[in-house]
Amino acid sequence: MSDQVGTITWISGPVVRARGSRHVGMLELVEVGADHLVGEVIGLKGDQMTIQVYEETAGMQTGAPIYGTGLPLSVELGPGLIQSIYDGVQRPLPLIEQAMGSFINRGAHFDSISREKKWKFTPKVKVGDAVKGGAVLGVVMETETFEHRVMLNPDDHGTITWVAPVGEYTVADPIAKLKMGKEEKTVTMLQRWPVRRARPFTNRRPANIPLITGQRILDTFFPVAKGGAAGIPGPFGSGKTVTQHSIAKWADAEIIVYIGCGERGNEMTEVLQEFPHLVDPRTGRPLMERTVLIANTSNMPVAAREASIYTGITIAEYYRDMGYHVALMADSTSRWAEALREVSGRLEEMPAEEGYPAYLAGRLAEFYERAGYVNNLNDTQGSVSIVGAVSPPGGDFSEPVTQHTKRFIRCFWALDKSLASARHFPAINWLDSYSEYLEDVGAWWREKTGKDWLTMRNRAMELLSEESRLSQIVKLVGPDALPYTERMVLETTRLIREGLLQQNATETVDAFSSVEKQIRMLELVLYFHERGMAIVKRGAPINLIHDLPVVDTIIRAKSTVTNEELHKFDDIQKQIDQQMGQLDAEYRS
Amino acid sequence: MSEVTVQGGQEVVGVARIEGPILVVEGGTNVSYDEVVEIQDSRGQLRRGRVLEVGEGYAVIQAFAGSTGLSIDGTRVRFLGTTLHIPVAEEMLGRIFDGLGNPIDGGPEPLTDHYADINGQPINPTARIYPRDYIQTGISTIDGVNTLLRGQKLPLFSGAGMPHDQLAAQIVRQATLGKVAGAPQTEGEEFAIVFAAMGVKNDVAEYFRRSFTESGALTRVAMFLNLADDPPVERIVTPRAALTLAEYLAYEREMHVLVVLTDMTNYGEALRQISNVRGEVPSRKGYPGYLYSDLASMYERTGRIRTSKGSITQIPILTMPNDDITHPMPDLTGYITEGQIVLGRELNFAGIYPPVAVLPSLSRLMKDGIGKNRTRDDHPRWGAQLYAAYARTQDVRALASVIGEEELSDVDQKYLKFGRAFEREFVNQSFTENRTIERTLEIGWKLLSILPRKELTRVTLDEIAIYYKGDDAAN
Repeated sequence: MSDQVGTITWISGPVVRARGSRHVGMLELVEVGADHLVGEVIGLKGDQMTIQVYEETAGMQTGAPIYGTGLPLSVELGPGLIQSIYDGVQRPLPLIEQAMGSFINRGAHFDSISREKKWKFTPKVKVGDAVKGGAVLGVVMETETFEHRVMLNPDDHGTITWVAPVGEYTVADPIAKLKMGKEEKTVTMLQRWPVRRARPFTNRRPANIPLITGQRILDTFFPVAKGGAAGIPGPFGSGKTVTQHSIAKWADAEIIVYIGCGERGNEMTEVLQEFPHLVDPRTGRPLMERTVLIANTSNMPVAAREASIYTGITIAEYYRDMGYHVALMADSTSRWAEALREVSGRLEEMPAEEGYPAYLAGRLAEFYERAGYVNNLNDTQGSVSIVGAVSPPGGDFSEPVTQHTKRFIRCFWALDKSLASARHFPAINWLDSYSEYLEDVGAWWREKTGKDWLTMRNRAMELLSEESRLSQIVKLVGPDALPYTERMVLETTRLIREGLLQQNATETVDAFSSVEKQIRMLELVLYFHERGMAIVKRGAPINLIHDLPVVDTIIRAKSTVTNEELHKFDDIQKQIDQQMGQLDAEYRS
Repeated sequence: MSEVTVQGGQEVVGVARIEGPILVVEGGTNVSYDEVVEIQDSRGQLRRGRVLEVGEGYAVIQAFAGSTGLSIDGTRVRFLGTTLHIPVAEEMLGRIFDGLGNPIDGGPEPLTDHYADINGQPINPTARIYPRDYIQTGISTIDGVNTLLRGQKLPLFSGAGMPHDQLAAQIVRQATLGKVAGAPQTEGEEFAIVFAAMGVKNDVAEYFRRSFTESGALTRVAMFLNLADDPPVERIVTPRAALTLAEYLAYEREMHVLVVLTDMTNYGEALRQISNVRGEVPSRKGYPGYLYSDLASMYERTGRIRTSKGSITQIPILTMPNDDITHPMPDLTGYITEGQIVLGRELNFAGIYPPVAVLPSLSRLMKDGIGKNRTRDDHPRWGAQLYAAYARTQDVRALASVIGEEELSDVDQKYLKFGRAFEREFVNQSFTENRTIERTLEIGWKLLSILPRKELTRVTLDEIAIYYKGDDAAN
């Protein structure tokens, strides 16, 4: 399948030029040099083609051959993706390790999906059925609990002429035959899909169900909807990766695609070693059984880093097409943008801001627009939610990647270095962050918890912004100068900050808060505030409120009350009633 | 790591263009990208270089020792047909090399048939072992609140005139495999040390050499020296040569290796210089757009792999120009490394050693190397509590500078007292003081006991009952 189509004339890092452009197409996958390194055609001019190479080019010579494949850069889709760990161009890292040892060598060629493993296929169509693209032909249990729906390629349609009976098949075995016009086509469980082309769907649905992450600052204060897009920008050390890991662990999606894009090797290893031992609270199965990992660490070839984002999103869309909710984490999109910049620089393109190519914004938009809650071609509904980390140089949010990202997301979780320095985690600044999904998901909360979440949430935000104003005054004149009513606000916001917003990802009880626990905690803090305020207004000194033993109890509730023991909050509320009641009685007269 | 035989390749006489350390050579055939060349000037002097770009009939070459004395006609360039390799052997410990890996201590070439590519190869993430064993450095600000693990990369961010060299020397001298608090201590000779100097003054290199000699570690140290007056372009190779040896020692000889790289800022400048001469599009402050990937290609050569008991731990030192932590060098380093130890100018003025600015410092891997069965159960929460209290101290100090200390509330007064004691007793320790982990924990609890117990919301009530010794311990 691969014939020589050209010869190399120029090499500089990951960019190679070659003669022979007549024989290849734009964005075609090619093999470069005698080692058959993977590359992609990114420019054609006269007889010259420009190729970005996904592997290290050291040692390559001019005059070396280029082989064409006739295919665009694609991923393999089918059962066996779950629990895999791939590099940026979907090569399975465990197989590379088996074949080459601990270090990644060049020229590795492996099937992304095992051709040997057999899956138990159960057909869902019969001979004579007319099927269109995306139709579910049958199902396979990909893990013990996950049903993989084998779909017809979205571009195909026709009439079923043969379907395999229930049985064990590999992804290469025929499972159906289809009459398309005049020709008959054999269908397997394996599909190839070009990574740079979004998989089609029927139409978009409104995104009005929150993606529950178990993180209070996110779910309660800045929710993202299923099918939405969120950005987490922050300087180094502010906890982007920890937040991404927490979402990957606890988000209520059926599939998680985690892209480690130009980040640390040890972090990917942490995920690999930890996820098989963590249990998904919803299915009771290891978290790894819903996870696909793409690891293109910072020292792996830079062009493959550029591709990794597309590889990940295409896999996410494939599971969405089956009717599942998929959450995709990209850590970090800045490294992906830098890969674009590096390749653009080697091509000597005219730079726009800070050396980034002018098409940066366009590429970011294309990526984030692949998120969505949709009606699929096969009449199921599924979603892809994107959570993209951004690493602004120097923590300066005015840089191009952060600014352009803000245009294409609707939920912004701004990480703050000073909060991180005080070990307030997650270090998401509540005054700089926003979510445009608040109104959209309000109805869901009401239905789920029976409580008016949005009003309570807005009340808490009001107090927090009041605190920010008051703390300006405190910085100038000290807290004693404030009236008791205002100091009551500071007491309550301390409870909100330490009891609600701070969450310890490493502590078993605190790591995940159910929606019910979150709303109950919010309710309790606001209740404390209303009661306290009434007493203070009658003239009780603020330190009496500050010294109430229940204050400490409320702050510690996040790690003392588990998701199953919510009745304990009733006890805490009783303590508030009792302790405040005494004060109330004293100052009533 | 592959073995190569260096063959005499083709030779080209005369170069087409010379610009700074960059040469353009025409007429070579079958030149490989990243190939090593030997450059001979008209007087027969040899220097080495590397191919940066190849086109049809020409190659762009970077001369490591610069281009001084080279002429258009009289220069001969010989292509060696391989990428840059250095010999690696256990015998290299105890030896001193130049920035390209040639011995400069008067001794012979290392006797080995093992040559390794200085660029190394990326470790497959699936082949790594996640770091979990902590290294006791005997320094409270590191062991207590920014714990270093075997296989971690933890840089020192410093500034001109601050004692980063002393701190690095102290870490190297005292480093031993961490034990559970209370377990008997062992004197560690567990680490081999690979030291790389890029563009530092001779005094600094000498300081480290003396310090290694005094602690008796010299036989376990391999030094790669590119000093301030050595060719800047060589600096691109120095850390890679050092890491290549470290990888051999760690992954083939199963040793635990500590790598000290100083000063990465000089490395960055050398990289910028070459990028500049080549006319590449700069990103921030003139540094090339690939600075992140380039730094990562070195920092990521840290860690542990499943097939070896050894490990590589990196302590890069970098001086922040103008103490600016947002400068591209510290900034991009911080994004790649697993935390950072930041030295603070104010603490240094106050005579506190080591002047570790605790709040901006961080060890990302700390959480996985401490706590129950590793140091002590309360350690993680104790650390968070110290951080939170010291952060609050900064707010109180700001307030006190406006309204005066007398006007502060009782609680705030106690925070001030805590802050002072924290800096004098916890952060401050002598250059020779080697604190055990339980001593560090004990000092921390003593300081926390200055505060009212109600303020301690990060530690558990049980821990307060055991360790808290403050005035209101009873209630």
